[in-house]
Amino acid sequence: MSFLSYLISGISLGSIYAIIALGYTMVYGIARMLNFAHGDIIMVGGFAIFTMVSTLGMAPLVGIVTAAAVCTLLGVTIEFVAYRPLRGASSLAVLITAIGVSYLLQNLALLIFGSNARQFTSVVMVPGLALAGGRLTISGETIVTIIVCVVIMVSLTAFINKTRIGQAMLAVSEDRGAATLMGINVNKTIAITFAIGSALAAIAGALLCSTYPSLTPYTGSMPGIKAFVAAVFGGIGSIPGALLGGIILGVVENLSKAYISSQLSDAIVFSLLIVILLVRPTGILGKKINEKV
Amino acid sequence: MAMLEAKNLGISFGGLKAVDNFNLTIEKGELYGLIGPNGAGKTTVFNLLTGVYKPDLGTIHLDGRNITGKKTIEINQAGIARTFQNIRLFKELSVLDNVKAGLHNHHPYSTLEGIFRLPKYYKVEREMNDRAMELLKVFDLDGEYDYKASNLPYGKQRKLEIARALATDPKLLLLDEPAAGMNPNETAELMETIGFVRKEFDMTILLIEHDMKLVSGICEKLTVLNFGQVLTWGETSEVLNDKRVITAYLGE
Amino acid sequence: MKVKKNKILIQNGITYAMVILFWAVIQLLLAGGHVSSLLKGLLVPLCIYAILAVSLNLTVGILGELSLGHAGFMCVGAFTGAFVTRCMEAPLPSVGARFFLALLVGSAVAGVFGILIGIPVLRLKGDYLAIVTLAFGEIIKNLINVMFIGRDSRGFHFSIKDTLSLGLEADGEVIVKGAQGITGTPRAATFTIGILLLLLTLVIVLNLINSRTGRAIMSIRDNRIAAESIGINITKYKLMAFSISAALAGMAGVLYAHSLATLAATSANFGYNKSIMILVFVVLGGLGNIRGSVIAAIVLTALPELLRGLNDYRMLIYAIVLIAMMLFNSSPKAIELRSVVMDKIRRGQSGSAPKEV
Repeated sequence: MSFLSYLISGISLGSIYAIIALGYTMVYGIARMLNFAHGDIIMVGGFAIFTMVSTLGMAPLVGIVTAAAVCTLLGVTIEFVAYRPLRGASSLAVLITAIGVSYLLQNLALLIFGSNARQFTSVVMVPGLALAGGRLTISGETIVTIIVCVVIMVSLTAFINKTRIGQAMLAVSEDRGAATLMGINVNKTIAITFAIGSALAAIAGALLCSTYPSLTPYTGSMPGIKAFVAAVFGGIGSIPGALLGGIILGVVENLSKAYISSQLSDAIVFSLLIVILLVRPTGILGKKINEKV
Repeated sequence: MAMLEAKNLGISFGGLKAVDNFNLTIEKGELYGLIGPNGAGKTTVFNLLTGVYKPDLGTIHLDGRNITGKKTIEINQAGIARTFQNIRLFKELSVLDNVKAGLHNHHPYSTLEGIFRLPKYYKVEREMNDRAMELLKVFDLDGEYDYKASNLPYGKQRKLEIARALATDPKLLLLDEPAAGMNPNETAELMETIGFVRKEFDMTILLIEHDMKLVSGICEKLTVLNFGQVLTWGETSEVLNDKRVITAYLGE
Repeated sequence: MKVKKNKILIQNGITYAMVILFWAVIQLLLAGGHVSSLLKGLLVPLCIYAILAVSLNLTVGILGELSLGHAGFMCVGAFTGAFVTRCMEAPLPSVGARFFLALLVGSAVAGVFGILIGIPVLRLKGDYLAIVTLAFGEIIKNLINVMFIGRDSRGFHFSIKDTLSLGLEADGEVIVKGAQGITGTPRAATFTIGILLLLLTLVIVLNLINSRTGRAIMSIRDNRIAAESIGINITKYKLMAFSISAALAGMAGVLYAHSLATLAATSANFGYNKSIMILVFVVLGGLGNIRGSVIAAIVLTALPELLRGLNDYRMLIYAIVLIAMMLFNSSPKAIELRSVVMDKIRRGQSGSAPKEV
């Protein structure tokens, strides 16, 4: 029974990673860059909700909507100011700039909120479930997280396949030059990608902080890295890959913490990444890119 | 014994036969041309000959030695050097260092000897400098020896790439569209250079080209490739007058 | 030929001179008592970061591969070195001799790790390589945190659970205490030793670049396919660059371990944030620019400390400056603008078109 409990909370954690990984993978696939600051946008979302709900006493829903708005605006602004001017520059230059943005967000939060951990009030209003005669309890947060993740995956896949903007995003990810020639506004498409990714980060922030209620300016950093690892081993650029990677990572991490050692859980997760990449260098669902000689 | 003997070479990519039943015999010292319309598979043949791709079928022999399926490094050490359709120089290195990189395998000293500047380092570096400058002089590049390779004009970059390939002391030199992007003057100069290289280095040369002036000017024999298969081969003048060849290029 | 050789000798000479001059100036200031205790505490770290930046530049700037796990090699070196120093207390009472041995062993072991990790990792492309090196760095840090090593009359004992599981005799002692690390390391590191190790690092890296091996490594960076076509063994030279880089990072780690009384592996000192910080030094100093790495490491380490007056805002300013510098240096529009301006200046100076096309 406890195994089932760990498994389910692992899936929940994995769902959060999956939502974050989606943001990474979409931006990587479409804008061809590693947005290292993505994890910190999650933190911004968390603080936005904290401010609205705990400090200003607003309803949780207001908090979430505010967070989504703030993060979306933030994401689009960052893209415009810091990443767009570097289009065409080496990917290392963009990575370093993203690192700079990450530092910026962390230190701004540090200035405004200080380094003390804030107690986050969960925004999930759904009660938990007690199953199997009370031996298995699933928290409301866990249930909502998994459901939200599934909803997001389904909506996003439909969005990419059925809407014009979604198809434009696909086109830009395949061949930017050809997309431009076909009349697609690449700048707008990339901006929308960042907007969606950042909104997802806000949702991830809400869910993450509801499940693990301690919030500091550095809260987004490690989940960001782990979600990036998930995106890579699911196959970067692949939406189902982000889901698969995220869930697997969450489950492995939780089960490792429970059955082996919480100290070693990170090492085990990272080792899994290495093993997968050795066997399938582009990730589980990733595409092989051949170099022209 | 022929310098190069390719028999029944074939390779498929995702079900599509890129090269099929390819045969080629080049005698020592010949200047041989591989021509055909775009997409015929000429660069694929080069990639097969230099180990970039492993053939699904067939054999390749260089000067009697079986090099089928061997890796690029081994094939280079066996004696094939090449240039590329899109010039692949070491952009950040100097002109001289590009050629010295080509001399890597023939002038060895260990890393430790290099780090601690033992006498062997100075001796071998001097040899390399001399040899590299000799090669650059052949191509009239010695004046720009300390230029960054990416700062050379296009035509000189091409020549540098050939110089670097020659530095590896090959028996067979493969040139992939050496005249691409050149104006008639540069092409004429290139023709002279290739002829000179053949004579001076006793080199066997196989080149891919679209520029018919160059092909008819210096190639002794040709093989025509179309849709991955050999259409015809033989003496240059015969091949170029073959109706099938003209049709392949111009369409029906 | 003489002209070019001399140009390189002069450039490298300037780098060495700069470091020696730095040492001399600091020594003077120290003698005159002009150095605050804040700055005194920074002296060895400046050397450590300079060595880390130069060694990382070998991987990122010279070999052209993005590594985000450099702190992991530093960690390996630090713990190996500290372990050697503690274990050899009986046979080698001299702190200096043990420090020297620790440096040798620590670098060597880090270098071996470089090879072991390099073999699977260097096959991967760019961004994948980055995340895997980050992963390795975290794995190393995690593993060291669960390591317990003790010694008694029967020999060494090893456990990944806790001290009790070591089953030591009464006369035994625990050397590596899991998350608490290694204590009792002598603080043998001095600024002078740091500068000497920095100079050694520079000699190794600068001489390497300027040799046959260096050319092979850079040719792989500039065009892997062309390098293969001229017979260069890609795997061999990638591993060589990576492991030398790792060994030097390990050496910096040993230096670090001997500047503290307690050595523990935390996210702050050996985590990915540390690796990223060193990468920032390398990029800002210029990829492939060894002198730039030294300068960037020293300036960017000292500056935030010296600007303590600005207090809370200094890291914010650091972040903004970093973003601004990257935009200025690398954005295509900025590069274009710069070359237009440089052309105008060149034309103005010589009165004719620039020599190199």
